[in-house]
Amino acid sequence: MIRLDHLSKLYSGRAVVEDVSLTVETGQIAALVGTSGSGKTTLLRMINRLVEPTKGRVWIGDTDAAKIEPHLLRRRIGYAIQGHGLFPHRTVGENIAIVPRLLGWREAEISARIDELMQLFDLDPAVYRDRLPHALSGGQQQRVGVARALAARPELLLMDEPFGALDPVIRAKAQDDLRAIQRQLGTTLVIVTHDMEEAIQLGDRIAVMDKGRLLQFAPPSEILTAPATPFVEALVGAAERPFRLLSLSTVDALREPGEAPGTPINPDTSLREALALCLWEGRAALPVSGGGIVTLAALQARAEGASR
Amino acid sequence: MIAKLFLTLAAALLAALLFTPESFTEVFRPLTHNNAPPIYLQTSLLRLTLSHLALVGIAVTASTLVAVAGGVLVTRPAGREFLPLARTITSVGQTFPPVAVLALAVPAMGFGAGPTLVALFLYGLLPVFENTLTALSTLPPSVLEAARGMGLTRRQRLWQVELPLALPVILAGVRLTAVISLATATIGSTVAAKTLGEVIIAGLLSANPAFVVQGGLITGLLAILIYEAFQRLESWSAHRAGLIRPQ
Ligand SMILES: Nc1ncnc2c1ncn2[C@@H]1O[C@H](COP(=O)(O)OP(=O)(O)OP(=O)(O)O)[C@@H](O)[C@H]1O
Ligand SMILES: [Mg+2]
Repeated sequence: MIRLDHLSKLYSGRAVVEDVSLTVETGQIAALVGTSGSGKTTLLRMINRLVEPTKGRVWIGDTDAAKIEPHLLRRRIGYAIQGHGLFPHRTVGENIAIVPRLLGWREAEISARIDELMQLFDLDPAVYRDRLPHALSGGQQQRVGVARALAARPELLLMDEPFGALDPVIRAKAQDDLRAIQRQLGTTLVIVTHDMEEAIQLGDRIAVMDKGRLLQFAPPSEILTAPATPFVEALVGAAERPFRLLSLSTVDALREPGEAPGTPINPDTSLREALALCLWEGRAALPVSGGGIVTLAALQARAEGASR
Repeated sequence: MIAKLFLTLAAALLAALLFTPESFTEVFRPLTHNNAPPIYLQTSLLRLTLSHLALVGIAVTASTLVAVAGGVLVTRPAGREFLPLARTITSVGQTFPPVAVLALAVPAMGFGAGPTLVALFLYGLLPVFENTLTALSTLPPSVLEAARGMGLTRRQRLWQVELPLALPVILAGVRLTAVISLATATIGSTVAAKTLGEVIIAGLLSANPAFVVQGGLITGLLAILIYEAFQRLESWSAHRAGLIRPQ
């Protein structure tokens, strides 16, 4: 668990982050969104003390972050920055090994961990482990950056637009991988993103920031259906809200008894895809594999819930 | 290819000049008048070259150590205020003529290698210092941020990240210093340091152009070869630092 308690940061008298309080429960993902310059990066960097707060406290579990030596604190917190920041003079394997080495892990343990993480991120250790970062593609570099942040099994992971440089396809894949890995390890994750779609996909909760202030901190469905201010509403994008809302749940949630012709769809299909299928094929209902149907009417009702 | 051939020739010529100077007797004879000796024989050219290189090596090592340490110091938060002072010292060291340094140092240190070492040391500070400064203050910010964010201490960041990444540019500074010092060291022989300058000065005193050309030629060949060696070292270190894509 991580708790930010009335955090503020002033630069020459100007508040860049102002009185932000929020709690992220263990194993949850908080997505930090907001316009450029709203203070997201500054807030994130106050958590591992790359920036010292002017006011307020950061609690990691029951520990006051201000009471730990900064470099020791940082070794406990995974950190992946925009533009990956891989050490260009160290191989992929050595980059991943940095924090475990600092923590004094045994070599055999480190080596096993490198292979494990590389496999997790779809990088064949036999091919990539001894390469220097410049011999990787941008997407591979970013995945190594994330693997490196996870290397020492941190309880808390901070990520600042880790997928910024990726094309949409690889980005979606990287998001899925990250989500799966995070669930598997039970890591608490705070991720900064410019991309509302990404925030909705990944976040258990979304924190919306504007001009250094936290406007709303709530689950994605609530951000979509009950934006706290016109700014949040604008950021969510009124026109796309119905689709975003639908993308949050799967067909399973709207399954009702009944029969419909056609090939059954998987219950894990998102409502958004189901709606697209209905409209595309001009059908009023789709069968769901394992029994039951999902109707166009129910999908529309759910989508309208968003634009109330 | 042509460059390689040229370098091999330069190395071969140098070796021949140093190990069998007599075989060049007929080559240099046209430069002499009145049956003056075409080849300098008072001290063996090989011995002079070795002592010349030793002087330069010691001076360059000393300037490099001091200048790199200075560059590191003034790029730390605690040392930043010394930057203007350090800049002044190194530029004065470079602009103050080495001959004047010799003249000032001789009364204090006597004749011999001492004054030459001082002059070369001062003269060589600036290129290494400036390059260290440039290298350390233009490192990729995301790499430094990551290093800090992962919990490397200041010292670890310096030794494991900053210096390895700065190395190629620092080496370029050392190369400049080495080549400048190699040529400048010749004036050390005006105050009795054993350098190749001895041959040149002997040529001037006895109006024997053959000696002057010999001394100049050996120094020039040494400079070419050392320049090339450093360039190789630099590109090797740049590859190692992952800063250049191998072709
Ligand atoms: N060291 C600093 N000194 C002065 N002002 C700063 C400093 N660091 C950040 N700021 C200012 O604080 C504000 C917030 O910056 P921050 O980097 O946190 O924004 P951000 O939300 O991450 O923006 P982006 O989405 O563009 O990354 C900006 O106006 C920035 O200029
Ligand atoms: Mg930012």
